[in-house]
Amino acid sequence: MWSLCWTYSLNLSSVPGDGEGQSRWCLSQVKGAIDDDVAEADIISAVEFSHSGELLATGDRGGRIVIFQQEQESKNLPQGRAEYNVYSTFQSHEPEFDYLKSLEIEEKINKIRWLPQKNAAHFLLSTNDKTVKLWKISERDKRPEGYNLKEEDGRYRHPSSLTTLRVPVFQPMDLMVEASPRRVYANAHTYHINSISVNSDNETYLSADDLRINLWHLDFTDRSFNIVDIKPANMEELTEVITASEFHPLQCNTFVYGSSKGSVRLCDMRASALCDQHSKLFEEPEDPSTRSFFSEIISSISDVKFSHSGRYMMTRDYLTLKIWDLHMESRPVETYQVHGYLRSKLCSLYENDCIFDKFECCWRGDDSEVMTGSYNNFFRMFDRDAQRDVTLEASWENGSPGCSLKTWRVCAGSRRKRSEIGVDCLDFSRKILYTSWHPQDSIVALATVNNLYIFQEKPN
Amino acid sequence: SCSCTVVSKQPLASKMAGADSDDSLYPIAVLIDELRNEDVQLRLNSIKKLSTIALALGVERTRTELLPFLTDTIYDEDEVLLALAEQLGNFTMLVGGPEYVHCLLPPLESLATVEETVVRDKAVESLRKISHEHSPVDLEVHFEPLVKRLASGDWFTSRTSACGLFSVCYPRVSSTVKAEIRQHFRTLCSDDTPMVRRAAASKLGEFAKVLELEYVKSDIISLFTALASDEQDSVRLLAVEAGVSIATLLPQEDLEALVMPTLRQAAEDKSWRVRYMVADKFSDLQKAVGPEITKNDLVPAFQNLLKDCEAEVRAAAANKVKEFCENLPEDSRETIIMTHILPCVKELVSDTNQHVKSALASVIMGLSTILGKDNTIEHLLPLFLAQLKDECPEVRLNIISNLDCVNEVIGIRQLSQSLLPAIVELAEDAKWRVRLAIIEYMPLLAGQLGVEFFDEKLNSLCMAWLVDHVYAIREAATCNLMKLVEKFGAEWAQNTIVPKVLGMANDPNYLHRMTTLFCINALSEVCGQEITTKHMLPVVFKMSNDQVANVRFNVAKSLQKIGPVLDSNCLQTEVKPVLEKLASDQDMDVKYFAQEAISVLSLA
Repeated sequence: MWSLCWTYSLNLSSVPGDGEGQSRWCLSQVKGAIDDDVAEADIISAVEFSHSGELLATGDRGGRIVIFQQEQESKNLPQGRAEYNVYSTFQSHEPEFDYLKSLEIEEKINKIRWLPQKNAAHFLLSTNDKTVKLWKISERDKRPEGYNLKEEDGRYRHPSSLTTLRVPVFQPMDLMVEASPRRVYANAHTYHINSISVNSDNETYLSADDLRINLWHLDFTDRSFNIVDIKPANMEELTEVITASEFHPLQCNTFVYGSSKGSVRLCDMRASALCDQHSKLFEEPEDPSTRSFFSEIISSISDVKFSHSGRYMMTRDYLTLKIWDLHMESRPVETYQVHGYLRSKLCSLYENDCIFDKFECCWRGDDSEVMTGSYNNFFRMFDRDAQRDVTLEASWENGSPGCSLKTWRVCAGSRRKRSEIGVDCLDFSRKILYTSWHPQDSIVALATVNNLYIFQEKPN
Repeated sequence: SCSCTVVSKQPLASKMAGADSDDSLYPIAVLIDELRNEDVQLRLNSIKKLSTIALALGVERTRTELLPFLTDTIYDEDEVLLALAEQLGNFTMLVGGPEYVHCLLPPLESLATVEETVVRDKAVESLRKISHEHSPVDLEVHFEPLVKRLASGDWFTSRTSACGLFSVCYPRVSSTVKAEIRQHFRTLCSDDTPMVRRAAASKLGEFAKVLELEYVKSDIISLFTALASDEQDSVRLLAVEAGVSIATLLPQEDLEALVMPTLRQAAEDKSWRVRYMVADKFSDLQKAVGPEITKNDLVPAFQNLLKDCEAEVRAAAANKVKEFCENLPEDSRETIIMTHILPCVKELVSDTNQHVKSALASVIMGLSTILGKDNTIEHLLPLFLAQLKDECPEVRLNIISNLDCVNEVIGIRQLSQSLLPAIVELAEDAKWRVRLAIIEYMPLLAGQLGVEFFDEKLNSLCMAWLVDHVYAIREAATCNLMKLVEKFGAEWAQNTIVPKVLGMANDPNYLHRMTTLFCINALSEVCGQEITTKHMLPVVFKMSNDQVANVRFNVAKSLQKIGPVLDSNCLQTEVKPVLEKLASDQDMDVKYFAQEAISVLSLA
């Protein structure tokens, strides 16, 4: 897909102020083909910045991973543009067939997680439904030259011409980026893997499927330890599945998992080897007045993320974004409506399956803001201190180059102002599920169907 | 082998340079070219013959051309890098001896920073090896700076590698450099990344061993205390082992103040993994701290570990029960066991977790030798009997496999009434691996229970296994018969098992008929010529007319196998005609094996 890559870069020369209906964010780049006819394999299914923010990885339904690298000069200038260019592209997963169960295993990349950098190379974990892989992305700028028995172009030299031995010498060459598979962690999941998360001890990671969570050592592919198992003895008694899981960013013994019933359990691996008993349960009591057929579906946790500080945890369900203080289990400290106006539309969203969409969410590097996606290529940002929120649109058509993104308002009924749109006009096929925030800078990346958008906040 | 004993003063290459072309260069040229072949196997092969290449190049070209090339070869596959790291550890003579050994440092330094743990570890191992070949001056001029570079590297891979190198430099450098080394080690113990702190914690014990006692007390103890209270339990658990090493270095009077508070804290750590580590290292710990501290501190700590809330910890502690009891000071051993340990052991017999019970079952029998006959009968026997009736087959198997310990103390008869049902049940277990395991203990049991008991109670079991529906069981049963005959003798075989085995030759199931042949293969040698010729051979001959080809070719194979037991007359007059007939069989396989037997027995 990236061979047809179309990069839409903007010039940030004249930037208007932060006026009415304008945000401080502006489009920096769009990657991917601008084409209405999207191939299934090109649909993006994961977006993730590396720990330094220098690299940005996307995965797609075709099992490919594309890594973008931030341009060196743009990184060093505080006012500079966040420009990312393709660094490496490789096929991470291939479609497979499980002959024992007669099941097709899709190649779709479900999650990508970077490892903290350990040497000049970069490492990431990628997973499809069944198999996690560890990839090494490394640079090579030298190659050996000089043979004894042939020319550099491969023509053979007659052995009789051999009078002295020649040792090859490394010579500089054009920079080459290689992605090589280092480990394949297979055969440990009966159900579909929904999350992977690297532990702060830098040597283990977890992988979670619908009913179980396994703990792996990065160096060993032949064994993993089951740390959570919620499979009931009788599958007919199954009422809840695991939907997302993550390790605490600082405490190596703590991890959480969210469930389809809207609860999040925090487990302490110090307490016992099998963490079936949680140490904390974060759950908000249901409001009986809003109870409906859809209550359970919309309360399902689609993503859970710890804040960088490790003090808070954010959960995303279908309509809201909640922030929990790890010290308070009874209710979230902050609740943000992502698209509350959809509450009256649940029936049709159920019919077109949108209600099962799994939106991700992410924290700003300093934890002061959070972001998540919505429909109509809208995405939402919530400023926690100012209690301010914006709705922005990922679009290459509407934003003129370098201009601030305009903020949208969605209102019931017919359209009124230029910056307003009626609920009925929203396009539910255009959705932003995957988002990632640069760990340090004011740069965000998000995926619409097959395009990667990079936005940047203008400095004060 | 890569360690090179032949050191050519005059390099091979220069000897050959005079000639226009030399055939002996060719194989070396191939090896060098294959260092960069696309096929990993060929590269690996070349790296494994690196000493041959170096020898051909001579010491000077090895230093100036080969080593620089190898230094840049870090992009290669792990297995190639691993082989390279190993080779370089034995390369000293090939670069010109100890005087030039420092030339090996650059390639090993780059290998010590790769991400693959096994490669780094091997590079560190080779660096440690060649450090001994450095003169004291070279060590300070070349080796120690490398250690410093690694210790202050940007990436944690290089810093973890540095942790393993301090202890080899330290004893051989000046006191100024020693102070620097101690400072570097201290810095790494409080590194930002847990990987480095873990590497430092795992090398703390070995580093302590080379330090002067005053620095052990002033430096190591504080590092140990810090690592043992690290926020990451993966670091804390490694400090436990370091604690054991440090305890062996300190005089008894310092242990209590310097090490015990930290170890006590580790035994009660919030994280089960740390407590597991304490349980796992308990015997070493016990030896390191000596009898007094054992009595006062370790006994209650061990009791707590045996009662731990986490099954993994209880299992690790249960594994150590025998060793711990054995190593208790003799004067108070029996009292401590009877009043403190045995009550905990009794509880573990009915533990909820089967791994705990089976860990205990694998060592509990060993207590009988320590406690003697009376205590065993009164206190341990009920526990053995309870475990023999455990629902988990592994527990029962572990008890049965250790029967020899009890046999020495009280004789196995005490147990036989309970033993028999347990054996019968395992012998008929639905899982074939359990059946296989009990078969393997049969010869041992037979020896201890005696031939009478065996004939009466167990013989029928052994025969039943011969017709098990799983091949692995039938095979093991065959082997078992052979071992029984070795124990009880040929006469016993002739009276009890040979008739039954031969009777199976008429079984309607061809698999059982083949079992007869397999048994004959196994038994002929232990039964001897007379029984083989008189009783077994006629049956084998008869089976050469079997309607199933698989049986017939196994007849050929059996004849080949038992041929050496027979006398030559019998071979010529009886075996040869049968094999010849089989050699003209219509079945290909029968022909093949008959011909093979004829040629092996030299009957052609």
